Amino acid sequence: MWSIVHKMGSAPWFYRFAGGLTRWLLPIALVALAVGVVWGLLFAPADFRQGNSYRIIFIHVPAAVVALAGYYVMAFAGLVSLVWKIKMADTAMRAVAPIGAALTFIALVTGAIWGKPTWGAWWVWDARITSMLILLFLYLGVIALFEAYENKAAAAKACAVLTLVGTVNIPIIYKSVDWWYSLHQPASIKFTGESAIDASMLYPLLLNIGAFYMLFASIVLLNMRAELVQTHRGANWLQKLVSAGGR
Amino acid sequence: MYFESISDALTMAGHGPYVWASYGITLAVLAALVINPIQRQRSARRAIAAEVRRRDAAQQKET
Repeated sequence: MWSIVHKMGSAPWFYRFAGGLTRWLLPIALVALAVGVVWGLLFAPADFRQGNSYRIIFIHVPAAVVALAGYYVMAFAGLVSLVWKIKMADTAMRAVAPIGAALTFIALVTGAIWGKPTWGAWWVWDARITSMLILLFLYLGVIALFEAYENKAAAAKACAVLTLVGTVNIPIIYKSVDWWYSLHQPASIKFTGESAIDASMLYPLLLNIGAFYMLFASIVLLNMRAELVQTHRGANWLQKLVSAGGR
Repeated sequence: MYFESISDALTMAGHGPYVWASYGITLAVLAALVINPIQRQRSARRAIAAEVRRRDAAQQKET
């Protein structure tokens, strides 16, 4: 068990591991996304109440789901970085932040575009939407905070503390549609009991959620590799690997 | 396909602009997320390769 942890923390090992993994994970993610997008856009039936505007669900929900899950990944990496001072965890934490911010942005923008024909407004200060906006600021805050410090070890520590404090927001986002009287519809997919969504819409939705998860993992690894190649450019192992043209 | 024709799919009975704009923005952002680290990695590796070549050439001159 500890040997795996030890390996994960080693830059040469992780660099090669991430390269090998993204080589097949990224193409699978892109194919799944392409199929899911075409399915949701052109083949799924229209909703009997919302008409075609509901098709936004096939990107809105996956983006929001993975934006939330990504925050857990970032907070966990922050915890590991803070407690065990593992540099790779710190690299992982910062690799997640821009992707999380982009996914939260997608969820908010597609939500606004969906809101216009459905609720009659681009934006409402509803509990779900407001807590998602806070999530966006948390992700952007991590990016900005790291840049603000001259001393990068201190920057990593401050970012880790910020991510851990921000974790409070996550259950609020999940529960916001139940706790407050809200315009935002409650979850249609349930882990227990019957889902309130027809199979013809559920399958493309689940496919896209899977695609977004795989895409998220691929981009985290790509970001980490880009960061490693920059911070280790003077290292012998990397120079050898690059000269040999290896991945 | 659910729609009768291509123009049907584009207009989506009035919801077309909303739906297509959402998908367009999403795919553009995702594309940028994928391309950015690949480009950063590529340019950093090119710089390392050039540095190694320069050093090897300097070493050869000395010997």
